[in-house]
Parts: sequence; C-alpha cells; structure tokens
Amino acid sequence: MANAQPLLSVRGVSKAFLGVSALENVDFTLKAGEVHALLGENGAGKSTLIKIITGAYRRDEGEVLLEGTPIFPRDVVDAQKLGIGTVYQEVNLLTNLTVAENLFLGRQPKRFGLTDVREMNRRSRAILDTYGLNIDVTAPLANFSVAIQQVVAIARAVDISGKVLVLDEPTASLDAHEVEMLFAVVRQLRERGMGIIFISHFLDQVYDIADTITVLRNGRLIDTVPVAGLDRLKLVSMMLGRQLEADVKRTIDPNTAKAEPLVSLRGLGKRGNIDPLDLDIRQGEVVGIAGLLGSGRTETAQLVFGIERADSGTISVAGTPVNMSSPRKAISHGFAFCPEDRKTDGIVGDLSVRENIIFALQAQRGWMRPLSRSEQEALADRYIAALDIRTSDREKPIKFLSGGNQQKVLLARWLATNPRFLILDEPTRGIDVGAHAEIIRLIIDLCERGMALLVISSELGELVGYSSRIIVLRDRKMVSELTGDEISTEHIMKAIASHGATGEAA
Amino acid sequence: MKNSKYLPLLATFVVFVLAYVICISVFPNMLSTRVAGNLLTDNAFLGITAVGMTFVILSGGIDLSVGSVIAFTGVFLSVILRDTSIHPLAAFVIVLALTTAFGAAMGGVIFFLDMPPFIVTLAGMFLARGISYLLTTESVPITHPFYSTLQDLYIRMPGGGRLTLIAMIMLAVFAFGIILAQRTRFGTYVYALGGNLTSAQLMGVPVAKTTVGIYALSGFLAGLSGIVFSLYTSAGYSLAAVGVELDAIAAVVIGGTLLTGGYGFVAGTFLGICIQGLIQTYIVFDGTLSSWWTKIVIGLLLFGFIALQRGLMWMSERSARNMRHASAAQASSA
Repeated sequence: MANAQPLLSVRGVSKAFLGVSALENVDFTLKAGEVHALLGENGAGKSTLIKIITGAYRRDEGEVLLEGTPIFPRDVVDAQKLGIGTVYQEVNLLTNLTVAENLFLGRQPKRFGLTDVREMNRRSRAILDTYGLNIDVTAPLANFSVAIQQVVAIARAVDISGKVLVLDEPTASLDAHEVEMLFAVVRQLRERGMGIIFISHFLDQVYDIADTITVLRNGRLIDTVPVAGLDRLKLVSMMLGRQLEADVKRTIDPNTAKAEPLVSLRGLGKRGNIDPLDLDIRQGEVVGIAGLLGSGRTETAQLVFGIERADSGTISVAGTPVNMSSPRKAISHGFAFCPEDRKTDGIVGDLSVRENIIFALQAQRGWMRPLSRSEQEALADRYIAALDIRTSDREKPIKFLSGGNQQKVLLARWLATNPRFLILDEPTRGIDVGAHAEIIRLIIDLCERGMALLVISSELGELVGYSSRIIVLRDRKMVSELTGDEISTEHIMKAIASHGATGEAA
Repeated sequence: MKNSKYLPLLATFVVFVLAYVICISVFPNMLSTRVAGNLLTDNAFLGITAVGMTFVILSGGIDLSVGSVIAFTGVFLSVILRDTSIHPLAAFVIVLALTTAFGAAMGGVIFFLDMPPFIVTLAGMFLARGISYLLTTESVPITHPFYSTLQDLYIRMPGGGRLTLIAMIMLAVFAFGIILAQRTRFGTYVYALGGNLTSAQLMGVPVAKTTVGIYALSGFLAGLSGIVFSLYTSAGYSLAAVGVELDAIAAVVIGGTLLTGGYGFVAGTFLGICIQGLIQTYIVFDGTLSSWWTKIVIGLLLFGFIALQRGLMWMSERSARNMRHASAAQASSA
C-alpha cells in the first residue's frame, strides 16, 4: 500500500457556474484502503468536487485519474461502470422493489431470456452475507430501516463499481447504533482495499472512521492531513478560517424574571401529544425546550401556535385568555413559528428570497392589501442585510441558497411580521458551523431587544448558552424547569434520565 | 408488512369470490362454463387494453387514448377491408404498427418534452377519435370471409361453454403481461419508474426507452383490443368504445394497482375485469335491473378500493414514523 500509485487522483480541477467559481485548482488524492473525509462548510465546494468525480458535472479544467488513467465520466452511470459508486444521504434506492431487485436492477441474471429470480435472490443473499446482513431479500426494501437500506445501497455500489465508494452524508438520519453498524461495513471495505470518500457534518464520526482529512473552503483546497494527532480546534479553524469563540453562558438580567408574563400556558395539553403543562414566557426571555426526539417538544410548539388544537387548558396573551384555534389566530396575537423541517414546512423553493420573506407579513395583512413591489424590495433588502443572508440577488430562487441561509430567510419572514413571541423549532439543524453561530447570535440579540422566544433544540450546549430558563420534557410530560444556576447540560441530562428513564414509547 | 404489498390483490380476490358466491346463490345457473365463456368473450377487448393500462399506471402514468385507439382500429380495418383487397392479416399488421407508433410517439412526448401523461394522452384521445371520424362517420360492417372464419374458432369446454378465439387472445395477453411485469428487466423498470423517478435514473434505469416502451405497449395492446373488438362486433364505428379507457382504469384500480404507481399486479387487473363482467352478467340474468347498475356498483367498488389503498398507505406511513421515532429515541439515549 505504501508505494502504490493513488487509486484516484484529482489534479488542478476547477469548475465555475455562470462565471462564479465553485472550485478552483483543487487537488485530491485517494489511496486504496483509505477512508478519506472531505470536510468544509456549506458552499465550500465539497459537493461540486464529488459531482465532478461521480460524473454529475463536467470539470472545466484539470484532470481526474483513476488508477493512473484519465477518466471523463459522462454521467453517474458511466462513473459507476468505471468503478466509482456513490451512496447519498437520502438513500437512492427503490423502496417498492425487493431488496434483491434493488441490488440487481439493470443487471438481473437471466435464464431463457427471463429474469432468473431464484438466482438473483441467491446471489443477493450471498452479497449481503459478506456484510453480515441476514435479511429476507424477497421483501420490499420499504420494510427495512434506513440503516439497512443504506447498507443495501453500499452493497449495490460496491458490487457494481468496486474501486471508489463515495459516501455523501450517509449517517445524517441514523442513530448511534446504526452508525456503528454502517462503520463496521466501511471498515470492512477498507480492509478489502477500496478507496472511500466520506462526507459528514459530524466531526466525531470523522475522527472515528477516517484516515485522512481534506478540508475545502470557498472552493479552494485548504489542506490534506492525516487524522492521527490532528487537533480538533485546529480542524474547526481550518474549516471556518477563523477561531471559534468558546461557548459562554449569557448573563441574564434578573429583572426580566419579575415582569408580567407575555404568554402563559395553564394546563395546556392534548391527549396523545403532550400532557397538560404550565409555562410562563416573559418579554426578553428565551425559554428552551429540551428533551429527546418524540418527547413532545414539537407537539408543545404546535399547540401554542394553534396548529394542533389543545383539548385542555388555556393560553393567555398579556393576561387575557385567547382562543388559539388556528395559526392565523396565533399570528394575529403577534406569534411566529419557524418549523423544524424547513424543506417541507417552511420555504417555497421555487420562489425568490424576496417572495419568501414577505409571505407571512402579506398573509397577516390579508390579500386585499398587497404590499407594493417597492415595499417588498425594501423589506427584503433590509433583512438580507440585517441577517447577513448570503445571496447574489434578492430575486434568486431560495432553493439555490445553502441550508443556513434558507433558515435565515425563514427567520426574516417571521421577523418581518414584527412578532412579540417567536417559536423556533430546531433552528440550527442541518446548517454549517458558521451559520450556526450567527443564528445563535441572532436569538440572543432578539431576546435582548425584548422579544419573547421559545426555542426547541437537540443541542443541549446551545440551549444552555442562550436560555433564560429551560423546560425538560420526557415521554410527553414536562418533568423539570431549570432556572438560573441550574441551567447546565448536566442538569438537563439528569432530568431526562431521572426516574430510571423508561425509554421512549414514541 | 410484507403482506401489505399483496393485500389489495387479496382484497380484490375476496371481492371476486364473494361476488361470485352471491351471483350463484341467486342464479345457480351462473355456475357454468357457458357463462364463464361468455364473460371472457364479452370482456376480451377490455381485458386486453387493461393489461396495457396496468403497465402505464404501474409506471405512474395514465393513458386516456386507448378508447379512441380501439375505435380508430375498428374504423381503419372496416374501411380498408371494404375499399381494398388487402387480406385482414396484413391489415392487422398495418394497424398494429400504426397504434404502436402512436403510443410510442405519446411516450416520447411525455419523456422528452417532460409533459404530464394526462395531457399528452388526452390530446392523443382527441386525435385518434378525430381521425376515425375523418375516415368515416358511419358504422361500416366487416363482411370479409376471413372474419367469419376467425369468429367461428373456439374450444368447447366441458359443460358446453365456448372459449372463443378472442377470449383466448385475452388470456394469452394476460399471461404475457404477467411474465413481462414479473420476469423481465422491462417489467422491473416499469415498477422502478413508478416507485421513484429520480432514484430510477440514478440507478441507471433507461428512463427514456422505458417510458416510450410503456406507451408503445399500451398503444399496441389498444390496437390488438381494437382488432378483437372488430371481431366481436363485425363492424367499425367511430363512436365505438367511448369511455373504455375509464373502464380499463377502473379495472386496474379495482385489481389493486396503486394509481400513483409502483405497486400492483397484472393478475389483479384480470380479477378487476372479471368483477366488472360478473356484475354485468348478474344484471343480464336478473332482467329487471337497469344496466346502469353496473356503473353504480363499479363506482362503489372504486371508492372502496381507493379508501383501502389510502388506509394501507396511512398505516405503513404511521409504522414507518413509529420506527423512526423509536430509533431516534435510541440514538439520543445512547
């Protein structure tokens, strides 16, 4: 392995889209029997590089050599035939077909001109056996968990291509157990001498599995370094190009705790969603909601915002009980809600940044009183500047923005309605480290300007950083409310784990 | 959960058996090969085109043109046999080539212009019907002796029933369809298109070829169905087979195929055809019921099957969600 020529080498590759450079003179070398992590913030050029290697894009300059021979893959299928297989974050298999059909689609064994199903199933079992996977290959793929689908996707890619395997954020939707199973497979493939390119946002996983790391930033190669002995802080600063500030707990003005609550919930609950709970939220306060997935966090937010109707309890706004029967009502009381899944519940991908920003405000005014074009443009420009939304142009369709910038547009949409009370569900999920810090700064800033916020997050450190108070949910019940010095990751974990944690019956 | 794939098919089968049991208990005479033979003969043309429709719907599409193509085929045959001395067999070949090319062209438009199948085949429906009118607006009888020869071909079944040529053609088409769907690459590609187009493309499915192939197949079978229809009626008429595309879609859906594509079986469509045929036969036996009752019962059955499919999807979505929640909970506690 030591002196072997590289399996895949990329030399001086550049790519530009409409004159904007996405990748500039990048070198990348993958050896056989190596797991090579490709890191960088969103927009660093990772996916452009991957797409050039896998044939989805064509390079403008430079060369790609596979085992010393220049290759020019026409498309993904061509790259597969050359020996470069890819497994994407959202498994790109067909869940309505059987496991065996997925493995052999397009190359089914034949007998007398017809598909030899028995032979196909037998060979599928043999292939999956080598991955330690013993499943019914005649069952539809939909019957299996994402992790198993992921392994089937890898098995297919390896069986077809067999030289280079690109794993594009394969672990994003897997739990710890499943990640371990996947990594066992990856290690096994490394033993077999395959070259594996691994893309992930999770640094822990990168340290766990990778041998070498290449960091890209703004389309340029920053460095390629061995993982062993690499300092984490150094790696993060390579990715960000700046030093990360240490997390500090925000100092909270003790006077806010004495003010009259803006929103108060009394015995608010809905059977099967969340048990009745009491909660006060004051102006200038960030109330954090912590808990495991399925503990009732999002359900609570949906009750408060009128998406789900409560079957018990009351909501008062500034001391007056209100009937929160629909999101429209909630908006009319000055509420705003950024949902968790921005792709399905938030952004309208084909509309421009401007149109996405003015949505909620226009809905609040009613369609009879349209915002004029100049008002819309002024509003959009103001928020693009205020929130530092990176877009070339306010008329750009939002689907072309990175995750972090989409999240900021969503925030801008609600800020434009000038809300008194803002609910954020996982505001930092799936966005890169830099945008992450900006969103947190924004939350603190809004709070200091007197807004009341309710923030749901899985990142406990982050919650501890900005919350004035934290409520902890478990099994659809509020189990603890932490204030002042009690606020710490340790206390949250204890609250979640208390009473011998019966586990999640979601 | 593995059963859920076969559940709609099973439901269809149960409905069919129930319907047959009810029919027999009211009219014991219906349990005869004579009735069975007639049922197959009367629905032969519908069954043949429904096989094509099954492939189209499995791929996530729809073909509204088949009724018009059947009428066109009949008119074309009757006119060509009246005005020229071409042998019917040669005419069959010509008309099948025409309808196959017509289907392939629609498939090409759907794929290459990225148009919804609904619109493209709606245009095809008007086009084919219009051309039939252009050929003739009258009902033209077919008197060629070869037609009589074909019409007299049958196998006598025990009990006196006749399995006619056109019924045999239909059964052969179903057998062919089942093998094509389950045992060939093309069949798997059809399911793949209906499952997820993007994934299919990334996995190297030749989407263009398959799309064109599917609509060409549907066009070919509509043409064959038109030939069978002309044998059945001994005439060509441009107003014939109006709404047959909808009967075919109904048979496919009652047969348990998901309208959004990806799930279903050709064999289910056969049961769907048989159920429709049974209802018609029942009405004929009864003699007092209006034939519109066929439509009413079909309508109710369609509602039932759509509700069943929705319920199954809802159930599988729910269990998938539960699975996700359970594994996510594991992850965060680990």
